[in-house]
Amino acid sequence: MKLSRRMLLSAAAAAAGAAGTGWAFLRRPAQVPGTLGGADLARGHRLREGGFPPPTAKEETEIVIAGGGIAGLAAGWGLAESGLDNFRLLELEDRAGGNARSGRNAVSAYPLGAHYLPVPNQEARALRALLGRLGIVTGEQGGKPLYDPYQLCADLEERLFHNGRWQEGLLPRTGLGGEDRRELAHFASVMAGFSARIGSDGRPAFAIPSAYSSRDPDLVALDDLPFTAWTEAQGWRSPALKAHLRYAMRDDYGCEPEDVSAWAGIHYFASRRSFSANPEGDGDAFLTWPEGNDRLARAMAERIGPRVATGRIVHRVSREGQAVLVDSFDVARGRTVRTAARAAILAMPHFVASRIAPSEVPPDPRFTYAPWIVANVTVDREPAGRGASLAWDNVSATSESLGYVVATHQGPSARTAGTVLTWYMPLSRGAPQVSRRLLLERSPEAWKRIVEDDLLASNPELEGSIREIELWRWGHAMIRPVPGFIWGAAPAARETRPPVFLAHSDLSGLSLFEEAHYYGTSAAEAAMRHLGHRFESLL
Amino acid sequence: MADSGVPRLAAGASAPAVALLASAFAVATCGLVYELLASTLASYLLGDSVTQFSTVIGTYLFAMGLGSWCSRYVRRHELKLFIRIELIIALLGGGSAAGLFLLFPILDHFRVALYGLVLAIGFLVGLEIPLLMRILKGFDFREVVSSVLTFDYVGALAASLLFPLVLMPWLGLVRTGFMFGMLNAAVAFALLFALRAGGGLLLEKALSVIVLLVLAAGFLASDRLQRFAEVATYQEPVIYAVSTPYQRIVLTRRADDLRLYLNGNLQFSSRDEYRYHEALVQPALARVPDARRVLILGGGDGLAAREVLRHPGVRSLTLVDLDPAMTKLFSRSPMLTALNRGALTDRRTTIVNADAFGWARKARGRYDAVIVDVPDPVDYSVGKLYTESFYREVRRLIAPGGIAVVQSTSPYVAPRAFWCVAATLEAAGLVIRPYHAYVPSFGEWGFILAAPDAVPAAGHVVPGRFLNSATEQRLFDFPPDMARRPAPVNRLDNQALVRLFEDEWSRYEA
Repeated sequence: MKLSRRMLLSAAAAAAGAAGTGWAFLRRPAQVPGTLGGADLARGHRLREGGFPPPTAKEETEIVIAGGGIAGLAAGWGLAESGLDNFRLLELEDRAGGNARSGRNAVSAYPLGAHYLPVPNQEARALRALLGRLGIVTGEQGGKPLYDPYQLCADLEERLFHNGRWQEGLLPRTGLGGEDRRELAHFASVMAGFSARIGSDGRPAFAIPSAYSSRDPDLVALDDLPFTAWTEAQGWRSPALKAHLRYAMRDDYGCEPEDVSAWAGIHYFASRRSFSANPEGDGDAFLTWPEGNDRLARAMAERIGPRVATGRIVHRVSREGQAVLVDSFDVARGRTVRTAARAAILAMPHFVASRIAPSEVPPDPRFTYAPWIVANVTVDREPAGRGASLAWDNVSATSESLGYVVATHQGPSARTAGTVLTWYMPLSRGAPQVSRRLLLERSPEAWKRIVEDDLLASNPELEGSIREIELWRWGHAMIRPVPGFIWGAAPAARETRPPVFLAHSDLSGLSLFEEAHYYGTSAAEAAMRHLGHRFESLL
Repeated sequence: MADSGVPRLAAGASAPAVALLASAFAVATCGLVYELLASTLASYLLGDSVTQFSTVIGTYLFAMGLGSWCSRYVRRHELKLFIRIELIIALLGGGSAAGLFLLFPILDHFRVALYGLVLAIGFLVGLEIPLLMRILKGFDFREVVSSVLTFDYVGALAASLLFPLVLMPWLGLVRTGFMFGMLNAAVAFALLFALRAGGGLLLEKALSVIVLLVLAAGFLASDRLQRFAEVATYQEPVIYAVSTPYQRIVLTRRADDLRLYLNGNLQFSSRDEYRYHEALVQPALARVPDARRVLILGGGDGLAAREVLRHPGVRSLTLVDLDPAMTKLFSRSPMLTALNRGALTDRRTTIVNADAFGWARKARGRYDAVIVDVPDPVDYSVGKLYTESFYREVRRLIAPGGIAVVQSTSPYVAPRAFWCVAATLEAAGLVIRPYHAYVPSFGEWGFILAAPDAVPAAGHVVPGRFLNSATEQRLFDFPPDMARRPAPVNRLDNQALVRLFEDEWSRYEA
């Protein structure tokens, strides 16, 4: 009896099949569990559709703040610090904090969005006052603030996955040609020049908050130019430099470099002059916490206390004589409450403000927003990799994502068993509304697969250790500083008629904590000035 | 060997008989190879090769006896069963080395798996020989017994010579296993054709092809499998290995030298650890003669604790170690408690399983002596335990008149790293007295005494194997090649030490 060809083939096929199935089974054990979250879409869309019941309850207060993101909280903090206690803060979501909100699981707290604060510049007085009150600035030395070392980002801050190896910092150090090195050095020196420059009005050329920046015409003119047009005019062609610029623009603005203005582009590199007495605190030091900027948001919300009302959809703002009437739908009770106040601070994105109060805030199509997807990935063991060891911020040079930050890097323990990696990706490639649709329509399973594959590409050793992926979709994560916005559309939008004031980072064109804080503080001061309440200005 | 029976048998019915005798040879060779593999692996992983070889061979022979006895219950289909057994042996034996390597770190009771496997292979090989004799029953019984047993023993000789001289040096354990598994399966496959058995053996033919393919895949993937089995990376036989959520704990032993590795880094060798631990603990306690409350940060092996508990005046010892698996291991294993003299289960000892960095920030107690015995600053996580911020917490934990001591890498290999620790302790407001001792398995090793006010120049040292009051004084002398040099302060936001440590050690080891 001979072994028939058919049998041999089928046996071989069976073996191959068994091996293949086994391999596939081992490779993808099962779908990683996780949840899907984001800015409350139902509540947000309800605003667009309207149909709220007429007010059936009434309340009165001095000032009403609509919106509990960083701008609203900073406004509330400013009022409370100046002794003006009779105000209400109405927040659409169930928790104040906006982009700075955080999550928590058994392993660690972790950010859902904004996750660090650069050590403020000398000009950021109001912000430094806040950090002093929160115990983050612990004292003074030689006229400079001294920061709590536990809250400054611990070393290693950043590492880059480049040519199959991790290296310190975010700029590639290997595989560079002479031209690359020359251009990177030239770029650094041009940025250092901008950073050191003081305008003819005595202001820094590029400041944070940006409102303190010089108005010198040659600087302001940079805002009309796309960033790439400007860099090309400098003669910079190096792919390494271009890749780094793209990373930076997507990191801070959620935009491609050709979509942002040259002023915004330079601002990223030439505005940070950390003012600190800490030995390593000068230059580009920053503060961070496991839960990201929610540490600051919660501290401010705590100070404001019971004046924060969450689950309140502000849907109409009108005037009656000297008063402002703010109608908000109370989600828990299913009724609309009318809050009568002597002043109102609309601390919400511009596109929302113009929807609920079109007569106060005319809609402006120049306000566009970048969508982001954020994933919090819980892993059993810390990522490793060849080369530099795990940093706080870990970026892959070849990935479309911005990499991940490690929640436990700044945690209470030096070593932990597992950790949470917060993975970020701005959807910057297409038009914002197209990307937004993609963000919402792509299934959570597909997003999770993207996150997992991206992580494993730079950290294959994490295979099998991913426990959970929590997705967070930000449809309108960041205002886009497109050419002409920062020094054109934004200043025009800041003008409102008292007693209605605006407060939001949108008004600067830069979606940064410092900007939100500045415009929140500034609106609070304007409202107090309007009401004749005495205060000491911090601006 | 070929003269010893085949021709005469072959005179009757050559091909099948030759095939069967060849398989007897192969079965014997393979069986012995599996036995040798198991013994070698067991002595490699568990140590004590005399015991391992003796018990494995004993178990194997006993199992063969069991198998032979059970063969009486086989009443028909001997050939079919023979083929199937051959295939099972091929799989079990062929994959045994790889399997045991991979299972070793995972299993709590490795010996159960080891002897289970040896029993199974022995049992099956034991079944085979009687079956083979019965298959050959058509021949003269006298010749069959003689030939089968001859081939069996000759095969054993071949295996025992091949194994140490050719297989181990050229193929290694894992590949040898797979190769002989394939030989087993090939014999089964060849027999099926040589004997022209009836159509009933289709399944066996298909199975043998599959087994061959699987083993061939294993043979080709041996390198990858061996990389998983990292026990191969240690110089000495590994006697215990476990992965905890925090680290990989590996114990090795060669003769009387017991070694602990954490993440591949040597923590102690039982031959000279007394030098390290006396040097770590005794100078500090000599300077606080009435120390009652002592704190150890790290030191989950309990060896520093042993040194502390030699002082009858010590009333309480708090030991903060991250990994419960470490403190449990060193509290329970008789071999290890003999080394630390039960220090972790002493009634004066309290074990806290917590991260020292977080624990120190929250701790409110004061201690007469604080002993910082954490791993070397190999990465940014452990590096936090050497920062100014951490030493400020340590300083807060020192009672008035108390003292701290920090193990601080080699001042010979990594002088800048060593003096960086010194500069950092000073930046945290501590007065220091550095010293060093020679620990053969580590080399020249450094320690730093630190106190908020002043560190006494001398004290009464409780005499030990290494130190007494006179020899202790010599430790404080630094020759020029280890003398103090400028070094940065290690802070959370610069982690200068991790960089210096990495730089100096990698240059030294290059």
